[in-house]
Amino acid sequence: MLCRTANELYWMARHIERAENTARLLDVTYRMSLLPYEVVEPGLAWAQPWAVPLITSGLATAFYQRFPQLSAENVLRFMVLDAANSSSIYCCLRAARESARSVRGAITSEMYEDLNSSWLEMRRQDYDRIQTAGVSEFLDWVKMRSHLFRGVTFGTMLRDEAYHFIRLGTHIERADNTARILDVKYHTLLPSAADVGGAVDYYQWGALLRSLSGFESYRKIYSDVITPRRVAELLVLREDMPRSLHACLNLIHETLEVLCDESSKEIERAAGELHARLHYGKTDDIIKLGLHEYLMEFLDRISALGMEINRRFLVPTY
Amino acid sequence: MSHHLYDEMQSLGGDVRSHYRDFAAWLQRTPGDKIAQKREEAERAFHRVGITFAVYGEDGGTERLIPFDIVPRIIPADEWRTLERGLKQRVRTLNLFLKDIYNEQAILKAGLIPPERVLGNAQYRREMQGFDVPGGIYAHVAGVDIVRAGEGEYYVLEDNLRVPSGVSYMLENRRMMMRLFPELFATQSIKPVEHYPDLLLENLRGVAPAGEDQPEVAVLTPGAYNSAYFEHAFLAQQMGVELVEGQDLFVQNDAVYMRTTRGPQRVHVLYRRVDDDFLDPLAFRPDSMLGVPGLFSAYRAGKVTLANAIGTGVADDKSIYPFVPELIRFYLTEEPVLHNVPTWQLRKSDDLAYCLDHLAELVVKEVHGAGGYGMLVGPAASSGEIDAFRARIVAHPDKYIAQPTLALSTCPTFTDSGLAPRHVDLRPYVLSGKAVNLVPGGLTRVALREGSLVVNSSQGGGTKDTWVMAH
Repeated sequence: MLCRTANELYWMARHIERAENTARLLDVTYRMSLLPYEVVEPGLAWAQPWAVPLITSGLATAFYQRFPQLSAENVLRFMVLDAANSSSIYCCLRAARESARSVRGAITSEMYEDLNSSWLEMRRQDYDRIQTAGVSEFLDWVKMRSHLFRGVTFGTMLRDEAYHFIRLGTHIERADNTARILDVKYHTLLPSAADVGGAVDYYQWGALLRSLSGFESYRKIYSDVITPRRVAELLVLREDMPRSLHACLNLIHETLEVLCDESSKEIERAAGELHARLHYGKTDDIIKLGLHEYLMEFLDRISALGMEINRRFLVPTY
Repeated sequence: MSHHLYDEMQSLGGDVRSHYRDFAAWLQRTPGDKIAQKREEAERAFHRVGITFAVYGEDGGTERLIPFDIVPRIIPADEWRTLERGLKQRVRTLNLFLKDIYNEQAILKAGLIPPERVLGNAQYRREMQGFDVPGGIYAHVAGVDIVRAGEGEYYVLEDNLRVPSGVSYMLENRRMMMRLFPELFATQSIKPVEHYPDLLLENLRGVAPAGEDQPEVAVLTPGAYNSAYFEHAFLAQQMGVELVEGQDLFVQNDAVYMRTTRGPQRVHVLYRRVDDDFLDPLAFRPDSMLGVPGLFSAYRAGKVTLANAIGTGVADDKSIYPFVPELIRFYLTEEPVLHNVPTWQLRKSDDLAYCLDHLAELVVKEVHGAGGYGMLVGPAASSGEIDAFRARIVAHPDKYIAQPTLALSTCPTFTDSGLAPRHVDLRPYVLSGKAVNLVPGGLTRVALREGSLVVNSSQGGGTKDTWVMAH
């Protein structure tokens, strides 16, 4: 397959996955913002729930360059509709569709038509429409479009190299995004220290689980109250949980085994190492290190793997 | 303009022509809202599928839908047989002509064409002289524009031998019609066109450099912002070959390779949809970002076949067009099956004088123009436009030819005010390789504005499905 084609397919998948996870991130933020909280240190913007998605996505600086102040409306405008924010849902869907358009020979016509429909619908959105229909309604739509695209891909595409690069992009992005969404709780303050383990704390963990489609699974597996330790276990270490870091690394490692030949063994090894850390990791060790610290380290590693993939397959120098 | 327009569906007396009888009956018995619903369905589907084209001069990446009309243009079996014979004859001749002018130049020695018309033509590529292209084929894909006028006789309006486009619309229009009106296809014998991509691939494989058993074919596109990008991607996908851009290719030791995820991979045939000028910055325009450095050298070394060949533009140039009937007699010793439109060559002083006196009746075209740009349609132009064009002609008469304003045939077409006659043309696609082939049909373009004769999609034209009846 052409390197340019692989590159476009990989990024098409990443952008769709990013749009979905941005919707998930905004969803958890929206749920948390509905809870009571106090500004512990007045004037510190990060203390507000709407600052959290900006912080975990690394977009706070870009946001304040575009908007004078933090508000639900401004964050939604920036993260959903802003054509100048390359990570906004608008830009992600546009980029995914542009990638698909430039390599439409490599995907099925159903896949292209699906992405094109998503983009045509997205183009018609504006803030008032989203408000009228309801923010959650809109975020659900984004998630559904991503589910649909994955379903169409799964159901129509030849299991060739193109398919593998799409899967690789999806799971590299998902691993990164799940880690960022998990980190939301770290940045979200409780009304007071006494609330740790209390109702608001419980509700915040619940909102986070829901945003990663993990609430029902949690209930099924643990049949018990929500504790941070189990949330970490579920979304980091459990491989039967499709959005967990372990599940993502299973797919990344598996896909790289197919894509790598002798000359690219090093990437397969690096992915295998990262996979092994999750496969043989213990919840206790994560808690001991601190979930936030653990996630930061993971983000560095997954980003390094992404850069290797880029160098070897997507934009080679020969 | 003549009031006796030839209509594809109805005779002058108002009777429905026999090959349209079934379709007319369907129109008759189908309620208006059902038809409106079908038209909307077609538009939605085309949008979703993304069959769009970019328009030059509008801001980058503007995509528009080519309007599609659900009334087919139907060609009876006997008329098609004549067209097919005439088209093959014409394209075979043009290939022989190209081979000749880049080699022996017998036609010039015979004095049938003034040498400067060929050798001094901007489209003539000296770089192509004395070089054997595989199979002696230059125009592997030719799009020949046919119109119908007067009492219904067919004329060749122009030959397109460079990178003719539009064949994807022929295929998608058919797919759309079969989806919208399966019952019409079930009850009538309409010849299929869907095998065009297979025919094209076979044709391209057949012209690979000698000795390649498993030639690798690729489609070379200028990229996603080209107006015909949809078609490039569509054809690559339908043929199951790579769609490449210049940046995906490199040349080493005169062989062409693609950059792939498994390392360099050889390419033997490029169905290129990039203009000559941009193919290779080392051989042609040095500022081209679309080309592949060294491609021309690989081509001359016989390591890669370009389809179409470089330098075919000289044979479809409007200054050569008037000679084509003579070329057919010269190369094939046959009489031309298809007529040319009578043409005045304004470089000749008699022709010029006549035309300047009759501009309001004529169509004047730039010799090297394409796509309906740089042309005057006398009867439709204001006196100001005519005067402005006159000045351009007088300054460079050799740059223009003129033709009578043909009363192009019409075909019923849905308009805002219901079904109305609109002018149509026809572009069949002729494939040349080991043999000369074409699928029964082509792209019918329709001028949607009332009275307009300009069918180009960039100028407000639409398209129709083209049905060739089996009997």
